[in-house]
Amino acid sequence: MDWPILSTLTFLPLVGAVFILIARGDAEVVARNARNIALWTSGIVFLASLALWINFDVEQGGFQFEETAPWIAEGIGYHMGIDGMSMPFILLTTLLTPICVLASWTSIHSQVREYMIAFLVLETMMIGVFSALDFVLFYLFFEGGLIPMFLIIGIWGSDNRVYATFKFFLYTLLGSVLMLLGILWLYFQFGTTDLTELARAGIDPYWQQLLWLGFFAAFAVKIPMWPVHTWLPDAHVQAPTAGSVILAAVMLKIGAYGFLRISIPILPDATVTFTPLVYTMSVIAIVYTSLVALMQEDMKKLIAYSSIAHMGFVTIGLFTFTPSGIEGALMVMLSHGLVSAALFLCVGVVYDRMHTRLIAEYGGLVNRMPLYAAAFLVFTLANVGLPGTSGFVGEFLVLVGAFQDTTLVATLAATSVILSAAYALWLFRRVVFGALTKAELKDILDLNRREVAMLLPLVALIILFGVWPMPLLDLFHAPVENLIEQHELALNGLRGVGATLAAQ
Amino acid sequence: MMAFPDIAPAAAELWMAIGAMALLVYGVLRGDGSTRAVVWMAVATLLFAAWLVWSHAEFAAVTFSGLYIADRFGAFAKILVLVGSALTLILALDYLEREKLERPEFPVLVVTACLGMMVMISASDLLSLYVGLELQSLSLYVLAAFQRDSVKSTESGLKYFVLGALASGILLYGASLVYGVTGVTGFSAIATALGGQERSVGILFGLAFVAAGLAFKVAAVPFHMWTPDVYEGAPTPVTAFFSLAPKVAALALFIRVMTGPFGGIGDDWVGIISLLSALSMLLGSFAAIGQRNIKRLMAYSSIGHVGYALMGLAANSTGGVRGILVYLAIYFGMNLGAWGVILSMRRADGKLVEDINDLAGLARERPLMAAAMAVFMFSLAGIPPLAGFFAKFYVFFAAIDAGLYLLAMIGVLATVVGSYYYLRIIKIMYFDEPAPGFVPLNGTTGVVVAAAAVFTLLFFLFPAPLVGEAGLAAVALFP
Repeated sequence: MDWPILSTLTFLPLVGAVFILIARGDAEVVARNARNIALWTSGIVFLASLALWINFDVEQGGFQFEETAPWIAEGIGYHMGIDGMSMPFILLTTLLTPICVLASWTSIHSQVREYMIAFLVLETMMIGVFSALDFVLFYLFFEGGLIPMFLIIGIWGSDNRVYATFKFFLYTLLGSVLMLLGILWLYFQFGTTDLTELARAGIDPYWQQLLWLGFFAAFAVKIPMWPVHTWLPDAHVQAPTAGSVILAAVMLKIGAYGFLRISIPILPDATVTFTPLVYTMSVIAIVYTSLVALMQEDMKKLIAYSSIAHMGFVTIGLFTFTPSGIEGALMVMLSHGLVSAALFLCVGVVYDRMHTRLIAEYGGLVNRMPLYAAAFLVFTLANVGLPGTSGFVGEFLVLVGAFQDTTLVATLAATSVILSAAYALWLFRRVVFGALTKAELKDILDLNRREVAMLLPLVALIILFGVWPMPLLDLFHAPVENLIEQHELALNGLRGVGATLAAQ
Repeated sequence: MMAFPDIAPAAAELWMAIGAMALLVYGVLRGDGSTRAVVWMAVATLLFAAWLVWSHAEFAAVTFSGLYIADRFGAFAKILVLVGSALTLILALDYLEREKLERPEFPVLVVTACLGMMVMISASDLLSLYVGLELQSLSLYVLAAFQRDSVKSTESGLKYFVLGALASGILLYGASLVYGVTGVTGFSAIATALGGQERSVGILFGLAFVAAGLAFKVAAVPFHMWTPDVYEGAPTPVTAFFSLAPKVAALALFIRVMTGPFGGIGDDWVGIISLLSALSMLLGSFAAIGQRNIKRLMAYSSIGHVGYALMGLAANSTGGVRGILVYLAIYFGMNLGAWGVILSMRRADGKLVEDINDLAGLARERPLMAAAMAVFMFSLAGIPPLAGFFAKFYVFFAAIDAGLYLLAMIGVLATVVGSYYYLRIIKIMYFDEPAPGFVPLNGTTGVVVAAAAVFTLLFFLFPAPLVGEAGLAAVALFP
């Protein structure tokens, strides 16, 4: 048997966490060691995850690097595996974790050991979610991520952190517990919780609708879709910078990934039934949250609302069932993963210096911080979806897909292009441009080397994928084609035929 | 003349009875100074009894003219009771010495209570059921009032006694109705008698009264009123003991009575149990939110947990019983650890505290203790991948299999509400400003807490052995 690379990747961060746990010495030494171990561990995990990409077979639509082992019971096993839709998210996670460690290098000074352990545990949970092919295992990682995030927001967050973290935890938990009952029901109907087998199960359409709503509750809260999005602005604002980064860049994607991996393949009929609902909620999310974002006075809150709007794009794309729509949605997810992470990091940079996130407290930063202004500009334009940045590719593809399905939805979604330009550019103008009049800002310093190291890879990737998105789109082609083909077969009552043909 | 009964199946019980008497004699002769020695000897007695049970686990027999049954189900529950009680005694030692409660009666009462529990677990007749239950209960009443100089403790003991006696009376009355209708007291004989005849009103009344009596013993809503007061008033190690071993024994007895003599009339009691389960889960979650005292909070938490365990009984299947047994084993692990930490809530000046706000900022003063407590709290809340999630997983599993969708739905929603107050404890430990720190965990307590934390954290890696054993134990009940 080959080396179990997915399990290694998933659990490697925990090894680092154990090392941090047993570090001894006075507080100063422990803190320094904890930072170093966390950086090294997450760096090694990132390099190891590159091996995943190198060995990945782009042509194949099925799962690769599969691992199976008996676990809870017959039919509920340890099953890991990835395809072109999940692999990029693992890379996104492994790329952002070391960046988050760097972002917390000086801004976190109390309980550094616990902080780094929480981040490494979180990394394990997130890689696990994207690699799990068993529903129970998926659920385990899906929920398990709540524990470190609860602590990260609650311990190292800002003033109103307790309210925010409880809201985050209880909202997400409430959304997902019904999914557990759905999983158990599926097990007793089909004797398995393996996602690949459930996709061939052929569930009665009536039950599909009930299950779909149960799963929808879990994923919609996680994404978050309007109107269950209210936890997100609170959690984002109160979380420490790195917490916001992971929350926006990776955890929100888990909800959309859940649709892609679970709701759509397993419950195809219900998915079609509820597509208008998803469209409606997504369009409202796009228009409403973009307008709300315009009026925010807190930078983080503004970016949080813009995240909800972008995720509305994702859900529209996923439910178009056109290759360009789904590929575009995946592209928006990845691009937003990079862009929102970068924007939160940018807020973190000035927050570390000035300890305020209020837009009104800033202005004219370009005069003292040219490097920062340049980086911020790239991220802002990517957030708007300017051609040449990764944001454009995804949004364009989603709109193409949406036009093929319903013109109305596409037209309404397209307003986002204008609205996002309005709030993002206005934010940029108020914070960066203008004259530097505020006394406190007179001697603010530009990016230091650590911050450049954090932001430079993101700038490079955003531009690279903006002008040359083929490496990512190539990854998506085969699995998306497979997904759509299976979906259509399932709707015509020919479930599993295509898979059998493909296997031959 | 009657033949002398085969005593081999009850070897562990006999060993416990002789051990309790020997310990009592030793303790009385040596005086209060011998407490530490008696505690360790009691631990050894319990562990040896556990080993006896373990070595005969696959042995199934009925003896004492049908009063006593030894089977795998009993063995599983007894080992849980014995090992758990031994660990609780170890945790108690430090407390007893510091609080000047060093009297050898304490470990002796724990041993006699365990003997009562073992008889309960192995009862196969209404008479042995009652004898075991009373031996257990009387020992527990005394233990609750053990700190006799404390008004709260004596009040707790008295309250427990009066209400417990009432419950015993109800149970006995139910038993007499069952006897009146069927004319027999043996479990299998009752089952046979009920199988043949029309269902009479008498048997329904008998069933309801027996169930009410047992529900009191497991503290299921609406028979839970005594729990918070007794838990708060009793000395903390006694509370820890109450929330563990007697729960297991009473639930095991509950399972045996419902699936044994009343197994044939499941339709009549599944509704009762479902209602008890739903009410317990809801009350356990909602009522705990307002609690300030950690012992009261744990009392409500235990009510909630009994509700989840009863969900397995409501499923009335091997899967359900397996779920309860797994639940109890995991509950044991995480609860024991939590009590270890609660027992150590002692300021540097030796003062004991019980308010949950006294845990403020524990994470900075005692990071490992706080981390362990956080693990137990997340686990009690049922968040994966900790052990508590699997406990709930298996009972929900059985409930869905049995088609109890509404009950399962109430259960998961109660989980969300319940997680709030567990999270609040974590919030107090991690997010609040530090209060003066506690003394460090002492050596043995530390070992027990650490072991419980490791079990709770890593259970997800190897769920199969425990679940497999529980499955075999459950099969023994449904021949």
